[in-house]
Amino acid sequence: MRQYLLRRLLLMIPLLLGISFISFVIMQLAPGDPASLSVGMNSKIDPSYIVKLRQSYGLDDPLMVQYWHWLQRICRLDFGNTFHDNRPVITVIAERLPATLLLSGLSEALLFLVAVPLGILAAYYHNRWYDRFITFFSFVGFSMPSFWLALLLMLLFGVKMNLLPVSGMTSTEAEYLPWADRMWDLVSHLILPLVVTTFGGLASVSRYARTSMLEVIRQDYIRTARAKGLSEFQVIFHHALKNALIPIVTLAGLSLPNLIGGSFIIETIFSWPGMGRLGFESVLSHDYPLLMGIGVISAFLTLMGNLLADLAYAWLDPRIRYD
Amino acid sequence: MLWGGALIALLILCALTAQWMAPYDPILQALNDRLLPPSPHHWMGTDQYGRDVLSRLLYGSRVSLAVGLVAVSIYIFIGTFVGSVAGYYGGWLDAVLMRLVDILLCIPTFFLILMVIAFVGPSILNIMVIIGITSWTDVARLVRGEILSLKEREFIQAARVIGMSDTRIIFRHLLPNALGPVLVVATLGIGGAILVESSLSFLGLGVQPPTPSWGNMLEEGKDHLTDAWWLITFPGLAIFLTVLGYNLLGEGLRDYLDPRLRGSGRNG
Repeated sequence: MRQYLLRRLLLMIPLLLGISFISFVIMQLAPGDPASLSVGMNSKIDPSYIVKLRQSYGLDDPLMVQYWHWLQRICRLDFGNTFHDNRPVITVIAERLPATLLLSGLSEALLFLVAVPLGILAAYYHNRWYDRFITFFSFVGFSMPSFWLALLLMLLFGVKMNLLPVSGMTSTEAEYLPWADRMWDLVSHLILPLVVTTFGGLASVSRYARTSMLEVIRQDYIRTARAKGLSEFQVIFHHALKNALIPIVTLAGLSLPNLIGGSFIIETIFSWPGMGRLGFESVLSHDYPLLMGIGVISAFLTLMGNLLADLAYAWLDPRIRYD
Repeated sequence: MLWGGALIALLILCALTAQWMAPYDPILQALNDRLLPPSPHHWMGTDQYGRDVLSRLLYGSRVSLAVGLVAVSIYIFIGTFVGSVAGYYGGWLDAVLMRLVDILLCIPTFFLILMVIAFVGPSILNIMVIIGITSWTDVARLVRGEILSLKEREFIQAARVIGMSDTRIIFRHLLPNALGPVLVVATLGIGGAILVESSLSFLGLGVQPPTPSWGNMLEEGKDHLTDAWWLITFPGLAIFLTVLGYNLLGEGLRDYLDPRLRGSGRNG
């Protein structure tokens, strides 16, 4: 297992280099250069100051030299300062990351808690009405634009019924409330974004679980288990489920890029103060250092997710480890 | 599949006949008719500038259809090219191309698209091209896999033995045999591209007003969440039904093309 872990970690190095290089190249495509952008539209600035600024940023160096310097800096998590308020990019991201992790972590957990049983049941009742309903439902899930679902829920629960808040993470008066009310305040703000984020993944995960379970219950060992007179409950939950879960574990890691990608739009709609909304704001304001930082950090999170999935897979299925 | 086909046929019909079917001008403002609820005159009501929602919806179908078709054509082309080169030649070329795919898969596609749009500016053409050049990785993987499994088969070896050129083998013998799965991915991909376009337009980084697109109609409608439910209901429904149509059609094609699944019900 240790060897396997080592191999996976070493494989990540070229990937990380590649990701950083691609982010760097994309930034080079950006119109305008950081020197003139950071002084902004101020026309009183002496042109020689811009030349100096260019030199201090190293903008006249060859591209590969610039990349090398930049790479050295990001290894120390130094992404430079934001254009917007000239604070370190990493600090700004660190402020926003917890909100994103809270939302996507909870959504990931909820997703698997709901989707896996749905899929398993659909496989068990293969081709019966329940299965057909789940299949139909997953088509609906695949096709539903998340932002439309968000708007409909806001309209229904926020505007018409006035039950749940539709934007932000806390109310303005939250800090003056007693502890329990503050928790409820957070939870009530979480519900709608959480439902929307989870709904997007429900279809694919339940469908995946269904396929995986269908394959397992056709195996010989399941027939054997039934033949020796085990109860249906034992067959499904003891023998089939464990094996069916193995491929689903990888899906948990692989669904991370989708979650992070989706967070850009869902956090923006619900004004959720996370990294996704930060990313969208920095796209609008052309805050390149911040964009670079968010790009690299989200790619890194994705890689970590994949690594965890691989490890869990290897842990659950010894056949993988010894390959 | 039948339902999917019917929905797509309806979409194409709307896009082609928008100028005759639409009862009103989709862009001309009529400020006396602001925010009218659905009625016999305006089946889907009017928006904050008094424009007929149904007419805008019909014209918007053109944007969706065009973006879907063009974006997917671009990425099917790139993905097929990369996938077949990697799969057929193997070796270091394969290794380099597949690592590139791995790297791109780690960067959230939607973020990548947002970033590039911010640099080059939003327009229908840019959106189509950017979705095209950022979304080809899955196709490349799929085609590579197909080619890998096909290229060891006897008919390919026979083609090589009689001295056929690589290009001819790829285009005449390998790709046509890999066409089925690619067709399925393309159909599903059109739905996906329409979702991306409408998300971008919804965020204000896609099709720019006054040109109607379902996404920017929702964007404008969200400011009237409290007083005009029809502004967000109908465009959303149009996106949903269109994407559903492509998904049903794509899954139907998959079942049809995969003989293992035929007759045994849907399976994954």
